[in-house]
Amino acid sequence: METLKAVKTETKNKKTMRISGAEAIIHCLLAEGVDLLYGYPGGAIMPVYDELYKFQDKLTHILTRHEQGATHAAQGYARVTGKVGVAMATSGPGATNLVTGIADAQIDSTPMVCITGQVFRHLLGSDAFQETDIIGISTPVTKWNYQITKASEIPEIMAKAFFLARSGRPGPVLVDITKNAQLEEFDFSYEKCTGVRSYKPVPKPEISAIDEAAELINKAKKPFIVFGQGVILGEAEEELKALVEKAGIPAAWTILGLSAMDTDHPLNVGMVGMHGNYGPNILTNECDVLIAIGMRFDDRVTGRLDDYAKQAKVIHFEIDPAEINKNVMSDVAVLGNSKETLSLILPKINENKHEAWHNEFKEKYKIEFDQIIQPQLNPSKPGLTMGEVLKEINIASEHKAVIVSDVGQHQMFACRYAKFKQSKSNVTSGGLGTMGFALPAAIGAKMGAMEREVVTIIGDGGYQMTIQELGVIFQHNIPVKIVVLNNEHLGMVRQWQELFFDSRYASTVMTNPDFVKIAEGYHIKAKRVSERENLKEAVQEMMASKDPYFLEVRVEKEDNVFPMIPAGASVSEIRLK
Amino acid sequence: MEKETFTISVYSENNVGLLNRISGIFLKRHVNVESLNVSKSEIDGVSKFTIVIIETYEAARKIVGQIEKQIEVIKAYFHTNDETIYQESALFKIKSSLLFDERQIQNIIKESNSQIVTVSRDFFVLSKTGRRSEVDEMHSQLEPFGIMQFVRSGRIAITKAEMPISTLLEEFNLNK
Repeated sequence: METLKAVKTETKNKKTMRISGAEAIIHCLLAEGVDLLYGYPGGAIMPVYDELYKFQDKLTHILTRHEQGATHAAQGYARVTGKVGVAMATSGPGATNLVTGIADAQIDSTPMVCITGQVFRHLLGSDAFQETDIIGISTPVTKWNYQITKASEIPEIMAKAFFLARSGRPGPVLVDITKNAQLEEFDFSYEKCTGVRSYKPVPKPEISAIDEAAELINKAKKPFIVFGQGVILGEAEEELKALVEKAGIPAAWTILGLSAMDTDHPLNVGMVGMHGNYGPNILTNECDVLIAIGMRFDDRVTGRLDDYAKQAKVIHFEIDPAEINKNVMSDVAVLGNSKETLSLILPKINENKHEAWHNEFKEKYKIEFDQIIQPQLNPSKPGLTMGEVLKEINIASEHKAVIVSDVGQHQMFACRYAKFKQSKSNVTSGGLGTMGFALPAAIGAKMGAMEREVVTIIGDGGYQMTIQELGVIFQHNIPVKIVVLNNEHLGMVRQWQELFFDSRYASTVMTNPDFVKIAEGYHIKAKRVSERENLKEAVQEMMASKDPYFLEVRVEKEDNVFPMIPAGASVSEIRLK
Repeated sequence: MEKETFTISVYSENNVGLLNRISGIFLKRHVNVESLNVSKSEIDGVSKFTIVIIETYEAARKIVGQIEKQIEVIKAYFHTNDETIYQESALFKIKSSLLFDERQIQNIIKESNSQIVTVSRDFFVLSKTGRRSEVDEMHSQLEPFGIMQFVRSGRIAITKAEMPISTLLEEFNLNK
């Protein structure tokens, strides 16, 4: 097979059995440790579903109500477990419905394997019923993809798919399997993939770069750490904490880095970026050494690039060489897995406190607290704020819950105000900004962490994009806690219209259905709160429930998220109002 | 930063779909590809893409980084014209009668160092290999007499510096 260069090991004990391609797919999944997948059947994938029926004692398949829901559920599962999420769909519309979730997983580096059915090999290119070129469509948004047209390819390709999805910088892989390949019988044996020629998942750290970085950090007067999801994906939380504490460096996070470090840690100074905290943004342009760890300088983080940390020496810890000098030029690039590179640098770092520098963050926090945080968390005006809902959730969850947020204003409030003690606890669509992500992602998150409380925070807009997944929650009694912060607007777009389009609210006002009745229609316990005096009790009741629970909170309709770095502005130009 | 001509050389596995994956990288960045050639390389089973773009150094560097990130790409390089030896090929189909009627045609063939590939009763075909400017010059000389068909290949290039693909492949094998 010219196309397959997967490196093989474990060739011993190779047993073969004569089975169909469809059954082989199940054996591949089991061999990769998969016990749960999400999907939706249809003509071109039916042989695999027939095998799923036979193997249902070993492999749980959850029927989502839309293929997009299957991808987001797989993502939610992957984000809380660190394992590969699996989604399955039929050809044509089934496959195209996966695309949003695949694109989301690609930009947020989420390990996922998607399996799609395809028309028979002999029908390819004939515009057959439910034929679509999903390989062509998914190419720009997958880490890798492949079309299997004969059964004998299945074991090697499936092994490669899982290896590629989880290794190095993780990402989504799509395997498209023609129906004839599912039906054909062949001699099956499985070997795990341990390497692919031409693919180097983790670059080897260079000691000279580690030394240079250590020297810069040791000499720094105002060092500043910004960490991202690379810390979580590399499971380097302990190493990060050790570095921060030893060197006494204030550390801020990107939206996907949230929960990698205890939110109450004294050196955790908050979020960077468009709606991040005041201090970390302003002081980005005052630090002398910027230490970026497992983050990619997204434009929502940096604001205007020509006024981003220009005064600072930049050290970039990163696993993906293509991210180096992509948006921000670094003075020292430390390539490698964050766990390894941080472990290597730690012994070379001098102990320090940087008290005066840290005080600057505290001063900035005081300003933000008085003007923004206090009125959000403890409002004196009538009208519920999104912030106070988060505060009540924090109290009831004791900072232990997984928070799954959708996209928009409520997401910014959730990420700004939710408290975390444990890593892999913040699940949100960061890079793609996919409305409709949260409800299905919460299903996956809960099924990946059944012992933990999973609370999903969703706006009234995004909720209605994937609301049908309530059917899954009901059918399988998945005890997620659903909080819809209803402001009867597409709040974030409305905020931009208010600030930048002279309050012309084009298509952002929503006339909503009775969300409580909808939840009750799915036999999910549901409640609505619109008064402050009822909020605490309602949140506590929700959190205490052993069953799924829906809580609608009617919040202030025209509230805005601040601070804010307007699009195209510098981090120094962050607005408090 | 000024735009200039860069020749990108990509060494890759010979897989269905990789061309699509690589061309998508240019599409996503709205970069026009001036020419593209895919062939085998000096290593068995390894393909070589030769892609010419006119871009800034920074843009070319980032594109090459994204290309190299693709799973089946072994290594990607980019070079300026000065750093490469490069050629293109062109074919011209011309009416046979002109060969006898127009004395100038014979001079053009001689001076351009082109070859006659085939001659039939109706037409003959000239082949020319060289720099773009030489091909263009020959085209403009022949044009007044009438060119029945013309085609020019993508650039093929060899670098002056070493491209240690074999060493890299050995490293990949050791690293796994």
